[in-house]
Amino acid sequence: MEYVAQQVINALSFGAEYALLALGLAIVFSVMGLVNFAHGEVIAVGGYTMVAFAALVTANPLIIIVGAVAATAMTSVALERVAFRPVRYADPTTGLLTAFGVSIVLQNLFLLFISPRPIAVTSLYFLDAPVMLFGVQISSLQIFESVTTVVVIVGLVLFLQKTTLGLAMRAASLDFEMVRLTGIRANRVFALAFLISGLLAGLASVFIMARRGSVDPHFGFNPVLKAFVACVVGGFGSLPGAVLGGFLLGAVEVAMLVLLPQDYGGLKDAFVFGIIALVLVWRPDGILSPAREKGDKQ
Amino acid sequence: MLDIRDLHVFHGPIEAVHGISLSVGAGQCVALLGPNGAGKTSTISAICGVAQSSGTIALEGADLSKASVEDRVRSGIAVSPEGRRIFSNLSVEANLRIGAGVRPDRENVARDIANWFETFPILGERRTQPGGTLSGGEQQMLAIARALMSRPKILLLDEPSLGLAPRIVAQVFQMIDRLRSEGMTILLVEQNARQALKISDYGYLLNNGRIQAEGTPADLGGSKDMMAKLTGLG
Ligand SMILES: Nc1ncnc2c1ncn2[C@@H]1O[C@H](COP(=O)(O)OP(=O)(O)OP(=O)(O)O)[C@@H](O)[C@H]1O
Ligand SMILES: [Mg+2]
Repeated sequence: MEYVAQQVINALSFGAEYALLALGLAIVFSVMGLVNFAHGEVIAVGGYTMVAFAALVTANPLIIIVGAVAATAMTSVALERVAFRPVRYADPTTGLLTAFGVSIVLQNLFLLFISPRPIAVTSLYFLDAPVMLFGVQISSLQIFESVTTVVVIVGLVLFLQKTTLGLAMRAASLDFEMVRLTGIRANRVFALAFLISGLLAGLASVFIMARRGSVDPHFGFNPVLKAFVACVVGGFGSLPGAVLGGFLLGAVEVAMLVLLPQDYGGLKDAFVFGIIALVLVWRPDGILSPAREKGDKQ
Repeated sequence: MLDIRDLHVFHGPIEAVHGISLSVGAGQCVALLGPNGAGKTSTISAICGVAQSSGTIALEGADLSKASVEDRVRSGIAVSPEGRRIFSNLSVEANLRIGAGVRPDRENVARDIANWFETFPILGERRTQPGGTLSGGEQQMLAIARALMSRPKILLLDEPSLGLAPRIVAQVFQMIDRLRSEGMTILLVEQNARQALKISDYGYLLNNGRIQAEGTPADLGGSKDMMAKLTGLG
C-alpha cells in the first residue's frame, strides 16, 4: 500500500515537472506556431546562472533561485527579440530551423566559454530532503515541484482568462492578424509569450538542478525532449493538452519503471514511447488538440 | 475624415488595386461597391495596413500609410473584417474586451459592454459562450460591436451582409443606419449595392481594381444599367 502511494506520488511529481516543461513550449507554440527547441538551452542558462551565483555571489538559495528564473526569463525575451522576431511571419519550417540554430549556437557557447564538463552546484541539495507524509516517505522536492506546478497553472489560467493581454494571447493562437486589428501590439503579445516561457524554463531548471546537482551543455536536451513528447501527446498548441500530456508521460514512465522486470529496465524509454505512439494512433493530433477554426471565415 | 489618394494594393507580385482615390467625410456613410474580386477587401486591408500598398492614406489629415497596423487602429480606425473573424475560442464578452484592448478607461469599457448587451440582448444572453457558437448574424453584430469597442473615428465594414438570410441582412443594415444617424463615420464595403446605397451618403463603384463610377446614391441609382453590370445585383 505504502509502495503504491509512493509510486503515485512519484508519477505526480514527474508529471508536474513535465507539465511545467511542456507549458513552456506550448505557450510559445500557441501564439507563434513555433516549436522552440532552444527552450532546452534556456533551461541550461538557468543552470549556469545558478553555478555563477553560487560561485560568485551568494550561498543563499533563494537568491540563487530568483537569479536563475530572472536569467531564463531575460534570455527567452532576448531570443525572441534577436532570433525569432525576424522569422515571426515566415513559414513554420523556417521557424523550426531558426530554433535548432539558436539551440546549437547556445550549446556551443556553453562548450567553448564555460566547460564541456558538468559543474556541480550544491546549494540546492536541501530542496531534496526525505519527508514523511501520512506515513509515506517522499522527497521534499516532489512536494515543491507539485506545488509550484499547481501555482503556475492556476496563475496562468487566471492570467489567460481575466486580463485583456491574456485574452489577446488566446485570441492570437487563432487569428493573430485580427488581434493586431484591434490595436493590441503584436510585439507585446510575442514578448509576453516568451517571457512566460522563460519563467517556466527557470522554474524547471531549479528543479532539475536540485535533482541532478550539476549542469553541462546538454542540460536542457532531455527536458526539452520530454516537453516535446508531452505536447505532442496532449495536442500541440493546447495548454491544457500540455499539462495533461506532461502528467500522462510522468504516469507512463513510473508505471514502466514499476511494471517492467529489472532485466528490461534499459528498455523503459522504448516502452514509454511505444505507449505514446499508441495514444497517437488513437488521436493523431494529440488528446486535446485545439479545434480547427470553425468560424465562418470566408 | 479619411482621404485616400492614388492607392495601389499588392498581394505579392499581383497588383489588385490600381490607383484609386476616395474620401469619407466626418459623419458620412460611404459605400464601396463592386463584384467579386473587384479589390474591395484589398482596399480595406491596405487602409488597415495588413496588405502592401503605395499611395497616401490620411486620417484627419495625418498620413498613416507608413504606420503599423496597431498604430492605425490606435489613431482611430476600426474594422469589422470580411468573414467577421470572431475569436471563436473566446467568450462573447472576451471578444468585446479585446476590442477595447487599446483603451485605458476601464470603467467606461465595462459600461460600453453593458450597453452592447442591452442593444443586442442575444449577445448578453450568450456573454459567457464561445463566440464560435453564435449564428452568422449574431457574429456579425459581435464583430461590429467589437470594432466599436475601441471608440474609433471611422468604422470599416467589409461585406457585413455576406452569407446572411435576407431578414438578418435587413437587421444588419438597420444597425448600420442607426450608427450613422448617431454620427459614426462609416466606409461600407458591399456587393449588395441597392441596400447599401439606401443608407449611404455617397458611393464608389469598383471593378478590376479601378473606380468606374462615383456619386450620390441618386446619381448611381440613376445608372441602373451600369450597376447591374458591375454588381450583378442591381
Ligand atoms: N492574399 C492574396 N494573394 C493573392 N491575390 C489576392 C489575395 N487577396 C486578393 N487577391 C486578388 O486580388 C483581387 C482583389 O481581391 P479582393 O479580395 O480585394 O476582392 P473583393 O472585391 O473583396 O472581392 P469579394 O467581393 O469576393 O470579397 C482578386 O483578383 C484576388 O484574386
Ligand atoms: Mg472581399
